[in-house]
Amino acid sequence: MAVRRTIVGIGSPRELEDALRAAYYLADEELATAAYLALALGKPLLLEGAPGVGKTEAAKAIAGVLGRTLLRLQCYEGIDAAAALYEWNFPRQMLALRQQSEGGEGAKAPVDIYRDKFLIERPMLACLRRPEETMLLIDEIDRSDHEFEAFLLEFLSDFQITIPERGTVRAYERPVVILTSNRTRELHEALRRRCIYHWIDYPAPEREMRIIMMRASGVSERAARAVVAAVGRLRREPLAKRPGIAEAVEWAEAATLLNEQGAQWPQAFRRSLGVVLKDEDDFVHTAPKIDAILAEAQA
Amino acid sequence: MSAGRDGPIGGTTDAPAFDAAHAIAPFLGFAALLRRADFAVAPEQTISWLAAIELLGPAGLGDIRRAAHATLAPPPERAAEFDALFDAHFLGAVEQGLETAPEEEEPSAADDSAGGPEPIFGDDTLESGAEATAAEKLAARRFAVSEDDEVLRGFARAAPARLPRRRGYRFRSARGGQAYDARRMFRDAMRHAGELVSLRWRKRRLRQRRIVVLIDVSGSMKERTQAHLSFAHALARAAASVEVFTIGTRLTRVTRALRLRDREQALAAASLLVPDWDGGTRIGEALNAFLAVPRFSALARGAAVVVLSDGLERGDPSAMRDAVERLSRIAWRIIWLTPLAADTRFEPRTAGLVAARPYLDEIGSGGSLEHICAHVLDLAKARAA
Repeated sequence: MAVRRTIVGIGSPRELEDALRAAYYLADEELATAAYLALALGKPLLLEGAPGVGKTEAAKAIAGVLGRTLLRLQCYEGIDAAAALYEWNFPRQMLALRQQSEGGEGAKAPVDIYRDKFLIERPMLACLRRPEETMLLIDEIDRSDHEFEAFLLEFLSDFQITIPERGTVRAYERPVVILTSNRTRELHEALRRRCIYHWIDYPAPEREMRIIMMRASGVSERAARAVVAAVGRLRREPLAKRPGIAEAVEWAEAATLLNEQGAQWPQAFRRSLGVVLKDEDDFVHTAPKIDAILAEAQA
Repeated sequence: MSAGRDGPIGGTTDAPAFDAAHAIAPFLGFAALLRRADFAVAPEQTISWLAAIELLGPAGLGDIRRAAHATLAPPPERAAEFDALFDAHFLGAVEQGLETAPEEEEPSAADDSAGGPEPIFGDDTLESGAEATAAEKLAARRFAVSEDDEVLRGFARAAPARLPRRRGYRFRSARGGQAYDARRMFRDAMRHAGELVSLRWRKRRLRQRRIVVLIDVSGSMKERTQAHLSFAHALARAAASVEVFTIGTRLTRVTRALRLRDREQALAAASLLVPDWDGGTRIGEALNAFLAVPRFSALARGAAVVVLSDGLERGDPSAMRDAVERLSRIAWRIIWLTPLAADTRFEPRTAGLVAARPYLDEIGSGGSLEHICAHVLDLAKARAA
């Protein structure tokens, strides 16, 4: 197994954690360890967690730390190889053939329509061809069909793909690949096995507060603390859409804004509730309890 | 070459090798322990773990634990159990509950899966010409031909066009579509001196989605069982990909019996396989047994799951809820048809069904064959809405 101990000067989970903090992402020790191991062992990193816990953000921050271009492949139901790997630029191929047959003078050698300039790269091929300057993010893999998941297996274990007209393309260096999943369905064991795995949970209150203070502008520590407590309480309710970290940050910002315009504190939180709860049923469900939750959070 | 020279060299090379083996023994032991506790740990993952430990130059047990989580990838809902095993193995934490928990689970899991092999054995005996005797004996249960024939015939006619479909991975040429069929167009162009004569298209082939039917055969469903099996038989005949299981106190696969052309014969063959007619209900455990056998749970992957049951679970409904939750993550769609829901404004009352409700795509009426057929035919439509 090819092991690289340091990647762009990062030689331990601790150093990666520091670098991520400099990129405005607060990772906990487990995430930093998993990410470091993935980079060092040259394996893909699979991040699973509820929506809004910062999986995609983590990938972006890691790309920033490595100084690489992020190639994002958003999965959806029905995604296929053409969207992920490559496509032939068919109109151009046709045009080249016509030009050759009509032009006459340039028609000494038959034109090779499977040359690079007729190839449209998609994220996975682009990543294989330039592994040292790119990072591949395969986002929300749980949305794709299981055929696509199976198709990923070859790519993720050997980092190579086969183009029938051209032969096999192999990365000359192990690329950095991050997969995320919301766990709306269970991924296949074979896929999990090939990856370094990390389950991102909602952050502990203390860490979430630091995230809010770092991400939001001009939010007082008291407001941030109240938001964290209230959001933590809301996440324990049986909601259709539980508030994520981004929602918490936005809530703190929105409430602060209203407060500056003269709204009293509990009212400021109450009126900006639409930032956190984005479902009518959730709204109805929490309506009778929300005053108690806010009072408790502010205490 | 003298024996005297061989000795010391052999000795020195042996010693570190022995040491290394000695050093990694606890880690291999932990992997083995995990497998005994039903965690899926591949050798590849153990190797990654060892590499990770070496890489971290472990400063403490925390590093080893984090590396274990990252490389051995326990499912999040079993993380606590994983940690407990880890503590027990590496810290020798002899907390009775933690140490024995996985051990206690083992026999019950084995007990469940015993429901798997046995019917499979029965299934196999079918091939040795047992169906003839099965039809004659009708040992376990006698089924009369019902009057729902017309309904089932109508269902079989409508099924091929209306059952849910999924996009396959292969292309076929089509009249219009998503992409040019370049190969065909080039071939055509060759025939016409490089002239493009017509545009050709291709699109993804549609295939029928697998349907998994789980039939409750417990005592409370006694009246309905025969109709349900008849329905499953009609479905198995009409659709390309169907799997049928019965759930009661155990789980039994009856797919192959139901493939027999003649309904009476098929139902009789199925009735012989099922050991738990009209028994008690342990839906949660039966579903867990279904999920625990990888061969079976793979059948539910991306499939439409239809449960025909009243959801009357004895005892704690949490096992049933957890099983349905897991099933809902594997399946494409899961609907629960209960004879109690004759009214459209039905609200589930049984504890099991209330607990499982958030994970079901639909709770519908299983009161009559007509209702069941309608629900299954509308599987594709309801998903789109």
